[in-house]
Amino acid sequence: MRYSLLIGVLISAATLSGCTEGVLDPKGPIAAAERQILFNSLGIMLAIVIPTILATLGVAYWFRSSNKRARYLPDFTYSGRLEMLVWSIPIMTVLLVGGVAWVGSYELDPPKAIASAVKPVRVQIVSLDWKWLFIYPDEGIASVNRLTVPVGTPISFELTSSGVMNSFFVPQLGGQIYTMAGMVTRLHLQADYAGTYRGMSANYSGAGFSDMVFSVDAVPAERFAQWVAATRTTGPALDAQSYASLAKPSQAIAPFTYRAVAPNLFNYILSAGMRTADTSQRPLTRVTEVEQ
Amino acid sequence: MNLLGKLDWSAIPFDQPIIMGAAGVVALGIVFVLGSVTLKGYVPYLWREWITSVDHKRIGVMYMVLALLMLLRGFSDAIMMRAQQAVAAGGAQGYLPSEHFDQIFSAHGTIMIFFVAMPLVIGLMNFAVPLQLGIRDVAFPTLNSVSLWLTASGILLTNVSLVIGEFARTGWVAYPPLSELQFSPGVGVDYYLWALQISGIGTLLTGINFVTTILKTRAPGMSLMRMPVFCWTALASNLLIVAAFPVLTATLAMLLLDRYLGFHFFSVDAGGNPMMYVNLFWVWGHPEVYILVLPAFGIYSEVSATFSGKPLFGYRSMVAATMVICVLAYTVWLHHFFTMGAGANVNAFFGVASMIIAVPTGVKIFNWLFTMYGGRVRFALPVLWTIGFMVTFVLGGLTGVLLAVPPVDWQVHNSLFLVAHFHHVIIPGVVFGTFAGYVYWFPKAFGFKLDERWGRRAFWCWFIGFHIAFRPLYVVGLMGMTRRLQHYDVLSWQPWLLVAAAGAVVIFAGVVCQIVQFVVSIRAREELRDVTGDPWNGRTLEWSTASPPPAWNFAVLPRAAERDSYWNRKLRARATEGVSAQTYQYEPIEIPKNSAIGVVNAFFAVMTGFALIWHIWWMAGMGLVGAFVTLLAFAFRHDEEVEISAEQIAQFERRHQAEVAL
Repeated sequence: MRYSLLIGVLISAATLSGCTEGVLDPKGPIAAAERQILFNSLGIMLAIVIPTILATLGVAYWFRSSNKRARYLPDFTYSGRLEMLVWSIPIMTVLLVGGVAWVGSYELDPPKAIASAVKPVRVQIVSLDWKWLFIYPDEGIASVNRLTVPVGTPISFELTSSGVMNSFFVPQLGGQIYTMAGMVTRLHLQADYAGTYRGMSANYSGAGFSDMVFSVDAVPAERFAQWVAATRTTGPALDAQSYASLAKPSQAIAPFTYRAVAPNLFNYILSAGMRTADTSQRPLTRVTEVEQ
Repeated sequence: MNLLGKLDWSAIPFDQPIIMGAAGVVALGIVFVLGSVTLKGYVPYLWREWITSVDHKRIGVMYMVLALLMLLRGFSDAIMMRAQQAVAAGGAQGYLPSEHFDQIFSAHGTIMIFFVAMPLVIGLMNFAVPLQLGIRDVAFPTLNSVSLWLTASGILLTNVSLVIGEFARTGWVAYPPLSELQFSPGVGVDYYLWALQISGIGTLLTGINFVTTILKTRAPGMSLMRMPVFCWTALASNLLIVAAFPVLTATLAMLLLDRYLGFHFFSVDAGGNPMMYVNLFWVWGHPEVYILVLPAFGIYSEVSATFSGKPLFGYRSMVAATMVICVLAYTVWLHHFFTMGAGANVNAFFGVASMIIAVPTGVKIFNWLFTMYGGRVRFALPVLWTIGFMVTFVLGGLTGVLLAVPPVDWQVHNSLFLVAHFHHVIIPGVVFGTFAGYVYWFPKAFGFKLDERWGRRAFWCWFIGFHIAFRPLYVVGLMGMTRRLQHYDVLSWQPWLLVAAAGAVVIFAGVVCQIVQFVVSIRAREELRDVTGDPWNGRTLEWSTASPPPAWNFAVLPRAAERDSYWNRKLRARATEGVSAQTYQYEPIEIPKNSAIGVVNAFFAVMTGFALIWHIWWMAGMGLVGAFVTLLAFAFRHDEEVEISAEQIAQFERRHQAEVAL
């Protein structure tokens, strides 16, 4: 038992030191706040859990039947005070952690905009089998499997899915949110440091799921503007037709961009998910249909 | 029209060496076992004494056998997954293509929850609850046999999918729209659905049976507050089964309607809503966690009291905590999908509600601690599992409360952190608990103890292996590794996954030790024999009868005028210098007759399930008619009970007393 405790401590130490990426290495305000909540809750609970583990081992060891010095108290079966204690310790702990959870749920609610003087960049996200489509409606461009965002700027996401459910997740920027066909979920994130961060689908979505990764390029604002301008000059245009071919299942797609996007394409994709069975058989063809 | 529906030779994956190899080994094993059983002429014995038995003790043992066999299957899935993730880093694809890997993790989850954990828990409840209540059988013994064999039918169908067709590739939760026909056109999801529907009916019947048994048929004098705590937890667990399993059945039925008849309950189009499935699934799924863990808590309570030589500390508190968990289990399901965008009000409510469950659970931990306090703790095998559980489970509970904090959950949901968490509560909670129950009640079931030395080895391998296998998963989870990845591109995850794989191997050594322990114990059964029926100096009524107990359990129904009535009876006997055992006037006992309805019904259930999976409609009809005719035959049976004569009982009791006296 003692050795295993030692092993446990070693592994736990390695746990914390091993995390130089992922959620313990936040690069934006949302991820940083979420990590803080993780640490606060963990600290509150460890304060009670570690003594409990030690007490368990201590009591079991001291009251071993071969220990003649331990007192045998066969009638020690009830104590009002101890009952009070055993109910109040977890209640106090839960009150504290519950408070943290309650406040955090409101402050970091994914649809809540990030307070900032900088105007947010809007991105519409569609999860496809098995890649990510990022539409920049205000810039009129789109990108597949690479999300380029300006540093220090709130990003306001609207998300949906072409079919099966996925979960949009960039651990170093903040928590994930599901993407579901016919429905919009909202999420706000911000990168405070330039860099490339790993993003992925966190919800299993079928055969190509393992390759459903993308990278987030957080770049300075002026580089972002350059990127938008450059993107507008090259690549194909995204309309209902090219969307239909993009939506066909494929995996491990290298990132590429669209120089133009049909207006309202996101709403079109959204309503495609909600259509009745009969009309969903209609091929997606004309952009005019999109613009109704 | 094809007579065999969708079934043809292409359903059998001849080109998959791993599947064919595994199937070949299993087939050889089955042929060997069946062959040797037949050759040695055991078939009539097995049929008479086990397969058609309605005796709750034998049914309990058969549940355990099923569960332990399926543990081997589920465990080999686990080893394959750990091996795949240990090698498939960078550009490597590992040795399992995704269509195979995806079936493995789906099968692993389904099997471990439905066909390992459930039968382990139900098996122990079957064996111990009637004995602890001081009665002769459950309320509906034949129904009990039907339940067992329906569970076995589900297990059989799941394993058939290994060779004929495929299993689901949707994860064990089978969320639509992925599990809808549009995205999963194969038979895999149908295997999943029908296996769970059939075994789910069995589980529901078990629930009804045990709620009735515990509420209506206790020994004279045993009021509810005198019941052993294991019976309380069994009551809570079965109440949860009765309330939760119909939800699962209805939910899966709606998905079946979507898949078979083009309904739109959960489809993305025509007004269907997949979020409904997710909600309903977890309305069953979260209580399911407590269905499994509450009886395990009951076992820990029995073990800690028995081996401390003390009554359980805070009995009323324990009962209250159990029933509080039973109710709260229904108020927390949404914490399985905080990431669905429900909004702050909903998330905050369910987050805090989930944490509140930690309160009664924490109370239980402290009460076990105070049960040991002032006791004389004997470190027998059940105690090792109990202490191993206590020190491990509190950490699993801690990560559970972390996941109940919505902002934390958004960061680690669907990651290996989550995977580590639920293994961290289910393995120490349920698996260690049922292993404690297995070594604790084994001598009651078979009349000899299990070998101590190999038992200790098994415990230490499981305990250490568990920590090596699952702690690294917390790390990679925090590093951003999501679950169900067939391959990944981040090389820094690989060392942790290698460690986890090594841990799985250590656990495997634990499983091997358990098998060795079983064999060694059978061979050394004469040295390990317990003739007293009370090898642990027990407290509850099951220890007052012979081991193994006769079919009628108790020659004379015991009176339970207090808690721990057997312990107190022993104390009084010692105080009065043991005024030898009273001489009873034995009366004839009627016990229910063996019945083949369970196994015959299961035959038709498998037939129907298999036919529906492959769209063989004529066969499905035949199966349904067959099951109905079986039911009719049972309903119109003439004699349902056999009488054990008073002389036979007296003889058994005299022999038992003589053995004890020696």
